[in-house]
Amino acid sequence: MAVAETDAQLVARCRTGDDDAWRELVDRFSRYVYAIAVQAFRLPEADAEDVFQEVFARAYQNLPKLRNDAAIRPWLAQLTRRLCLDTIRAGAREQPGEIPEPVGVDDTIARLDEALFVHDALATLPDNCQEILDRFFARDESYRLIGDALDIPAGTIASRISRCLVKLRSELEGRKHVPAESGG
Amino acid sequence: MRNYDEETLAVLLRTLPAAPTAWVKAAQEIPLARRGLDDIVERARSDIAFREALFLDAESTLDEAGYDHDPALVEAVREHLSP
Repeated sequence: MAVAETDAQLVARCRTGDDDAWRELVDRFSRYVYAIAVQAFRLPEADAEDVFQEVFARAYQNLPKLRNDAAIRPWLAQLTRRLCLDTIRAGAREQPGEIPEPVGVDDTIARLDEALFVHDALATLPDNCQEILDRFFARDESYRLIGDALDIPAGTIASRISRCLVKLRSELEGRKHVPAESGG
Repeated sequence: MRNYDEETLAVLLRTLPAAPTAWVKAAQEIPLARRGLDDIVERARSDIAFREALFLDAESTLDEAGYDHDPALVEAVREHLSP
């Protein structure tokens, strides 16, 4: 079973100018940033894409200034949140008064934090489990599609998913989910 | 400790769908972009001689044009210019 590099280790590697580390960092947090933009702030795709690219551009630029490498996740969340709000405000310039955050942003981000925690655990499972759980749950693929893609009988998918979920639960039992704090 | 039963795990896994591939790729190429990828690709699309020179010998062409020519940048240039 793979041992995942911690966020702090990954950030430290990015700071040395390691392009592979940067690609991995984007890979690790892309779902999270995307979900904040489209689920918490309900931005349309075009605006969400602008926010997404700006978040990572600023992250790349400001990574050396991050005070606590382990706090990259809350730092990205805060940055995404601020840029989403800027986008909403820019789109509502004609309306007088302060534009508030959409209702439930804190709750949604807390839920996304926990989902990312589960995804981090998923990343330590064997590749076949990662693939099958991601395809079925995150990509919403059918048993048939998964069976074709992974070259396994569709009739065995459900039992494989169940076994992988047991492994995932076991991995989570050894971990502690820490709610986000500001890290910038 | 939270009870991660199958249903809870399913919900949490569904909560984080993948971001569009093109967005992720663009973000991953930020270091390359800072080293001139966008400029190189734009010039190669408008300057046939430069484009042909890149196909023949990317490292030397980039070097002569004053760009960094590390392997990752060269590979990204080739990928962007491939038909």
